[in-house]
Amino acid sequence: MTIPLMLYVVWMGLMGKVPRLPILNETVRNLYFHVPMWFGMIFLFGASVWFSIQYLRTGNLENDTKAGSYVEIGTVFGILGLVTGMLWAKFTWGEYWSNDPKQNASAVGMMIYFGYLLLRGSLGNERDRARISSVYSIFAFSILVPLIYVLPRFTDSLHPGNGGNPGFNPYDQARYMRPVFYPAVLGWTLIGFWIGDLVIRYKTLIFKRLENVK
Amino acid sequence: MLNRIFKHISSGFLLNLLFIFFAKAQGSEIEMADGFRANGKIYVVVTTVLIVLIGLLLFLIYLDKKITKLEKLS
Repeated sequence: MTIPLMLYVVWMGLMGKVPRLPILNETVRNLYFHVPMWFGMIFLFGASVWFSIQYLRTGNLENDTKAGSYVEIGTVFGILGLVTGMLWAKFTWGEYWSNDPKQNASAVGMMIYFGYLLLRGSLGNERDRARISSVYSIFAFSILVPLIYVLPRFTDSLHPGNGGNPGFNPYDQARYMRPVFYPAVLGWTLIGFWIGDLVIRYKTLIFKRLENVK
Repeated sequence: MLNRIFKHISSGFLLNLLFIFFAKAQGSEIEMADGFRANGKIYVVVTTVLIVLIGLLLFLIYLDKKITKLEKLS
């Protein structure tokens, strides 16, 4: 399902009809490639929180492996979101980094998740690692969501839909972009979960191997 | 008399020609590396797609290497 969806998104994303806007020009098509990175990241981190809670409830280490793997691929999506956002910003807002509140907030958010990965890497004991990183993941997510989705809305941001900023808003303009945008979000998210699943299978193998050695 | 008028016109004409020439020279395309801002900035989108693709491929290569290591061990 992911593959036809992505083929459709790339084709329609590049060839489909888009509104003609000043400054943005054709870069409005980045809506199909930059924005879904953040959606994918949030879904992946959300899955991580879900499995962290499951770990804390059941104590099953499989859940912790899943939580850790989804954060890994979620962080990759976040980095890609930041880099593509910087490129887009350079050609529409003038600077790679203009200290836009949403840019700064998402950078801080990424730092928090780098902290998660470092924490996981530095704890040797599986049980400790699972317990501490599960709690960390839940807290990180509950900080990240207001950081990215709530706080920038209180201040002036260059991102559309924030602080009464005039700009294009995909949700009330350009209705014909939606049939591409929603599949784009779904497609990229599925790619994220697909790769996340590969990481999980790899880690499960490693885990089983370690148990055999013991 | 006619000659003088003709001379006047022709010199004006020449000046005009010169003027047009310089104006054109100033208005002509100056070769700059601004491809990213041309053609409706479509190359920004192309690069965005490339960055995403390269990023995901790098992660897959990293995963592939780790799996290869695991295969060699077992």
